[in-house]
Amino acid sequence: MAILTIRDALNQALREEIIRDENVFIMGEEVAEYDGAYKVTRGLWKEFGDKRVVDTPITELGFAAVGVGAAMAGLRPVIEFMTWNFSILASDQIINHAAKMYYMSGGQFSVPIVFRGPNGSAYQVSSQHSQALEAFYANFPGLKVVMPSTAADAKGLLKSAIRDNNPVIFLEQETMYGMKGEVPDDEDFTIPLGIADVKREGSDCTIVARSFTVPQALKAAEELEKEGVSVEVVDPRTIKPLDIDTIVASVKKTNRLVIAEESHAFASVGAEISHQVMEHAFDYLDAPVKRISCAEAPMPYARNLEVLALPSVEKIIAAVKEVCYL
Amino acid sequence: MANTIIMPKLSPTMEEGQISRWLKKEGEAIEANEPIAEVDTDKATMEVTSLDAGTLLKILVGDGANAKLGETIGIIGEKDEDFSALLKDSSGTNGNSAPEAEEKVETKEKPAEPIAEKAASVSVANGAAQKNVAETAGRSYDAQRPGAKEDAPQEAPKAEVESGGSEIKSDGRVIVSPIAARMASENDINLKSIKGSGPNGRIIKRDIETVISQQSTVSSQPEDKAEPPVAPTFGQAEIQNASRFRDENTSKMRQVIAGRLAESIGPIPTFYLTVEIEMDAALELRKQINATIKEDEKVSVNDVIVKVAAQALTKHSWVNSSYQDKTVRFYEDADIGVAVAIQDGLITPVVRGANRKGIVEISKEIKEMAGRAREKKLQPEEYTGATFSISNLGMFGIKEFTAIINPPEAAIIAVGAATPTAVVRNGEIVIKNIMNVTMSCDHRAIDGVTGAKFLQTLKQMLENPLLMLM
Repeated sequence: MAILTIRDALNQALREEIIRDENVFIMGEEVAEYDGAYKVTRGLWKEFGDKRVVDTPITELGFAAVGVGAAMAGLRPVIEFMTWNFSILASDQIINHAAKMYYMSGGQFSVPIVFRGPNGSAYQVSSQHSQALEAFYANFPGLKVVMPSTAADAKGLLKSAIRDNNPVIFLEQETMYGMKGEVPDDEDFTIPLGIADVKREGSDCTIVARSFTVPQALKAAEELEKEGVSVEVVDPRTIKPLDIDTIVASVKKTNRLVIAEESHAFASVGAEISHQVMEHAFDYLDAPVKRISCAEAPMPYARNLEVLALPSVEKIIAAVKEVCYL
Repeated sequence: MANTIIMPKLSPTMEEGQISRWLKKEGEAIEANEPIAEVDTDKATMEVTSLDAGTLLKILVGDGANAKLGETIGIIGEKDEDFSALLKDSSGTNGNSAPEAEEKVETKEKPAEPIAEKAASVSVANGAAQKNVAETAGRSYDAQRPGAKEDAPQEAPKAEVESGGSEIKSDGRVIVSPIAARMASENDINLKSIKGSGPNGRIIKRDIETVISQQSTVSSQPEDKAEPPVAPTFGQAEIQNASRFRDENTSKMRQVIAGRLAESIGPIPTFYLTVEIEMDAALELRKQINATIKEDEKVSVNDVIVKVAAQALTKHSWVNSSYQDKTVRFYEDADIGVAVAIQDGLITPVVRGANRKGIVEISKEIKEMAGRAREKKLQPEEYTGATFSISNLGMFGIKEFTAIINPPEAAIIAVGAATPTAVVRNGEIVIKNIMNVTMSCDHRAIDGVTGAKFLQTLKQMLENPLLMLM
């Protein structure tokens, strides 16, 4: 197996799918000649040319709409948002058109489109560029929402997303693009959407983490092990459809749950998971479910405040101890 | 028709009662107005009386166990009648709200009041009880699994004896985590018997695991299932060779006394009792012993006092006890701590089982341990875990003083010097060796009379050492 960064794993997935299916093309700001703002599309324009990798003006609503139309016409566009914060401009196309077209056309038009790009915080990009939007998109029927946390997951899930006949929201994390991991060499390696992954097994407490918080949760689990607390880390990988069965099975084993998420807490994906665990595993809980989320404030620009606002290994450790009554 | 017997409200402040003892056995006939059980409330021991004649079909809350107001404590009905329907109700709701069931029990203080007054007080009491039942039923988790209705209530008192009761909130609600509730239900554990270690006294998984592990230890000893043993049985202490003990549930009254007195004076409400003891006979005994043994084995007055005190303690179990809130621990043996002054401090080597040892043996042990104490070579188990202590400052000419109790012991005696004193005997002034002994008593365990009776025994034995043979 090759050791790749998440960035290169995504690049591999895009390249393999462009080769595999002539209907696949990439469109977005700076994705072609500049190799992508975060170099995820590096080398693809050179290799495949203008028809397969298309630079757009700074017009999120416009190129999202072109993408939706292309998908309705039978192509499989991969639309890159430079960050997901800019997708808010295109959200009418995503929510009102991509998500609903199959339903409203009585099944005549499916929309096999992937919207992808970095989600959540980076380093000091302040209030308007640090948002984690998974709960926003997961709220609407018709959209699949995917959040990889490792290089292998990034590659396997992106390939599945491109092959899926529904619109898929594919949320990467800017600060994680450089993280390395083993990736299977097999060109047909995919990870089906909707399957969670137990990143670490444990018996005393479950941490459900996604994207940004997965490495933190694993680090917290390592620290807690030194204190004799055995932590299981579950990464749902796909937010919608959510693999609640794996989470519930884990909670039934450990009886305690901490949810770590980069987004704000109110009406978050963590809130949904907490509810579903209450619904399916109420009799197995030994403590109220604890969430670690982003502070209830626009992201501060100051680095020290930014660190305080975000989830951290220390916050996760404290939450685990709280639910374990330690 | 069979009916439930509920825990009645026996005092204005009563929230739960402890069945002191049942006066009737299962299967025994009951006359109307006949007392069927005695209940310890926070105020007094009261009788529960049946209004109906019939047969006591089932005791649901056994001797020593607690029941909240309105909780079903037993079933009355025709002999051999099927009462399973009532059990279903009582285990499901922790009380029975059927109107006819409420009328069947009433109470009287000793001596009995006229019948009419009784009837009036009953309806008031039952009204309160019913309200309590409704709240309890609506809001608490029920520890009893639906499938185990028949046996669960019988198990409950056992669990309560073991772990000393939960903090039940004023609305009768037990706070418990869902998994803990589930585990309790699966293991037939009464949640009300458990003290939660989580926030707000929440009972959590860990607490249930503790109870389960305790139960498995208990059940591995093939003891006690039903009848309380005739001769008290004692458990083994953690310190090697320390006295075995038995924990008995403290009565409601004892708990209230303890709480009130502790509020008044520090953590240990102490009081002091002084007695004058004529030591001539004891001194003579010492002389006789010393005449028969080697010079370096000679016994001291203190050695004699240790022996006599140990002997007296075996006759006064409350003085040889530890008050521990929900239970009082009674010790089988008298392990006497003997205060020894050492450089920059004080230490109390413990003579284990002094009641079973001879004076010479006690003397040897004290000499040996005191020697090592001065060299600071005593092991912790040699100076901890006494059941009673003695401090003697007689050798310094101190006539009388008070000593500080060494918890969890219930008492300590402070021994002064035996000095020739002019006293009146049979109308004449004679000279006797008089020694003052002052006992500091933990009032939570020892009342004035309890302490005084112990000192009386101590005095009698020292004044007539032959009594020790009795």
